[in-house]
Amino acid sequence: MHIEIDEIAKSFGTTAALHPVSLSIPSGALVALLGPSGSGKTTLLRILGGLEYPNSGRVLFDGEDATGLTVQERRAGFVFQSYALFRHMTVFENIAYGLKARPRATRPPAAEIARRVQRLLDLIQLPDIAARYPAQLSGGQRQRVALARALAIEPRMLLLDEPFGALDARVRKELRQGLRDIHDATGLTSVFVTHDQEEAMELADLVVVMSMGRIEQVGRPQDIRARPATAFVRDFIAA
Amino acid sequence: MSDASAFSFRAPTDESPLVRRALIGVAVLGLGLLVGAPLVAVFAEALKQGWLAALKSLGNRDALSAIWLTLTIAAISVPLNAVFGIAAAWLITRFDFRGKAFLITLIDLPFSVSPVVAGLCIVLMFGANSLLGGWLVAQGFPIVFALPGIVLATVFITFPFIARELIPVMIEQGRAEEEAALTLGAGGWHLFRTVTLPNIRWALLYGVLLCNARAMGEFGAVAVVSGKIRGQTATMPITIEMLYNEYLSVAAFSLAAVLTLLALVTLLAKTVLERRHADQIAATHRH
Repeated sequence: MHIEIDEIAKSFGTTAALHPVSLSIPSGALVALLGPSGSGKTTLLRILGGLEYPNSGRVLFDGEDATGLTVQERRAGFVFQSYALFRHMTVFENIAYGLKARPRATRPPAAEIARRVQRLLDLIQLPDIAARYPAQLSGGQRQRVALARALAIEPRMLLLDEPFGALDARVRKELRQGLRDIHDATGLTSVFVTHDQEEAMELADLVVVMSMGRIEQVGRPQDIRARPATAFVRDFIAA
Repeated sequence: MSDASAFSFRAPTDESPLVRRALIGVAVLGLGLLVGAPLVAVFAEALKQGWLAALKSLGNRDALSAIWLTLTIAAISVPLNAVFGIAAAWLITRFDFRGKAFLITLIDLPFSVSPVVAGLCIVLMFGANSLLGGWLVAQGFPIVFALPGIVLATVFITFPFIARELIPVMIEQGRAEEEAALTLGAGGWHLFRTVTLPNIRWALLYGVLLCNARAMGEFGAVAVVSGKIRGQTATMPITIEMLYNEYLSVAAFSLAAVLTLLALVTLLAKTVLERRHADQIAATHRH
């Protein structure tokens, strides 16, 4: 799905989190929102997911105005920073949650839900953990379960907030490839937020460098590296 | 490692055995004097003339009416405050709005206002001499000196218990799980039932138990609004006081023992539930 961000602005009280920003995300791309904390990247992601509403501007999904759509209507698979798995539910129940939450008319039968959950567990290469609780999983496993839970609703796009932030360096590298593989397998337009330039450069098709609520540069990793548009970008990717 | 014991290394937070024993002794002595002894005394006094006398005093109509009234009041007030408490905690922890600090103070008000004053406020508002109260009496629905007034007073006094128990838990748990449920397509009510409620159920249970204990034991506010009509508006604590003032010590202490037993049963229920669900409580704690 093609995502168009048109002059989106957001402020919390008197502090501006986003000055009007515009961005076009091509269908099927894996995009990194890269920037230091406070750059507005998470706010932008949450606006895409419908968890925050902008003060002005529009969001277009495949050319249609989606600005006023509720979070439920957007059908965005969202992976939260600390995963926000339902701690009182098993892995199976976590992944099945979105399907079970559907109104009766569109809810798949129990056997179909079970089949889909198993397929997702296979996709994240953790076929045997359905009966476990989140507290019994490692950080990397939790991240992949959160991904499977987001994918279960057959989302129109995938939004990930610092998906590797809570992991140690070795697991991080492994899961980067995992996310790339899942993105390529599903073909979903995916946007992830990161403050790690190496992660953004290695993983993304398109990198959006942000600072202080503004977009500094948008480009392919090699282009950004070769021709940083501003002094900020040059310093940030050198770090 | 065998010679390690030759050096008596102590963790920096440890106290010497002597200090430890002294502290434990003080705690046990204090608890025994302030909690244990009075508890034993209540039952001893009740049974001073034997089981038969105690049971007979409880079989009397006024005593039975008091027990029934107290249970009724708890059965009405506690569910009401469970709903109010959840609503207040939800509002305070999930939304930002003007006047939030004021609302939090308001929730604590029943803790800081003397119950007698609270009771007087209700009499002033709903008494037969007030505009509203006069009209209600004319409609045949008196508030003061009747069950509605006692319930009103009890709900006011016990309001903070459940909200106060829930607010820190809901702040600690944050919004992330609820937001996740929203992105997965859950509507508000479904989200509350499947995510919020399971996460707060232990805090809610504690709140309900505390609220229940206080609802059954409330004296001051109820004394003012009930009019202390024997067999009609006299709750257990009120009846106990009246019996005691009439030097009917066996009857007074028998009823007091029943009230104490109700509280002990509540505590026991809590402990049993905690035991049975210990792993669940641990599992639902933040990971």
